[in-house]
Amino acid sequence: MRQRTIRLTTLVSAIALATALLTTRAWAVDPTELPDARLQARYLALTHELRCMQCQNETLADSPVDLAADLRREVRELLLQGKSDDEVRAWMVARYGDFILFRPRFSARTAWLWLAPGVALLIGLGVCWRIVRGRTALVDADSDPVGEDPPQAPDARG
Amino acid sequence: MNRFALPMAVFAALVVVLAIGIRHSPQKGIILSPLIGKPAPPFSLPSLDDPAHAVATQDLKGRWYLLNVWGTWCVECRAEHQMLLEARDTHALPLIGLDWKDDDARAREWLAQLGNPYEAVALDHSGNTAVDYGVYGAPETFLINDQGVVVYKYVGPLTREVWAKEILPRLPAHAAARS
Repeated sequence: MRQRTIRLTTLVSAIALATALLTTRAWAVDPTELPDARLQARYLALTHELRCMQCQNETLADSPVDLAADLRREVRELLLQGKSDDEVRAWMVARYGDFILFRPRFSARTAWLWLAPGVALLIGLGVCWRIVRGRTALVDADSDPVGEDPPQAPDARG
Repeated sequence: MNRFALPMAVFAALVVVLAIGIRHSPQKGIILSPLIGKPAPPFSLPSLDDPAHAVATQDLKGRWYLLNVWGTWCVECRAEHQMLLEARDTHALPLIGLDWKDDDARAREWLAQLGNPYEAVALDHSGNTAVDYGVYGAPETFLINDQGVVVYKYVGPLTREVWAKEILPRLPAHAAARS
């Protein structure tokens, strides 16, 4: 009996969780709709790449705090004034610094951040190449075509 | 032995780099203001004393002052209030309040109860001015010089230590001497 109760609560919580996850959009933080679909798309893209300075690991679009709402309003107004995406970003950086950008700009200070993955990839490729070359050298002696067993193989068994 | 030497060396180097990064990372949560060394964003906002009157950066030019962003909804501001009163009493420089997204009546009540450290309080109902100053949480304090340039910014409740070590030494000699 007790086991069944436990199973029932698990089921109920699973359903509750699934409902919550599936209906997230219905209670999205930001109900803004800009008059022009293209502006709206740019608005969504921008608010998803700017940081909420108060919660710091959330985007402006996702954050329910007051300050994020103020900054979304600024993004909206700047877009309606006809500012470009870069101008909106520059406007934010002038006030809050580079930290507000989730995608940091390439500069002397951020160079290592952008280049490190490429360098790591090159090192990895180099290591791979050395290993493969080392192993190829070992098989070089065996010049028999792949898939053709030596003719005497069947006899060898018997 | 030899085949582990290189990976171990790389790992050790990584540990050293990360340790330096952690040690040297500035106080967590404090973000350097891009405003430092730049002109303070101008504003002209209604005054708390008399909303028909304006508190304007234009009128503050020619003097050093502290711009203190606060609100009655801000718990830390209550903690810092005593320090602001002490700062006022040194007469080193005037304090200008920026009351951020607040209720005027509550703000007046707050100052009547706790004492008013400010020479003037500007009302930022919309929060636009706070955004221009890159404020992301109250209290924040800006030190602005006689040219209207932001010299220093402090995030969090002002303390005696910050006052003595960061603010007073930045003031011109005659102002600091008075404190």
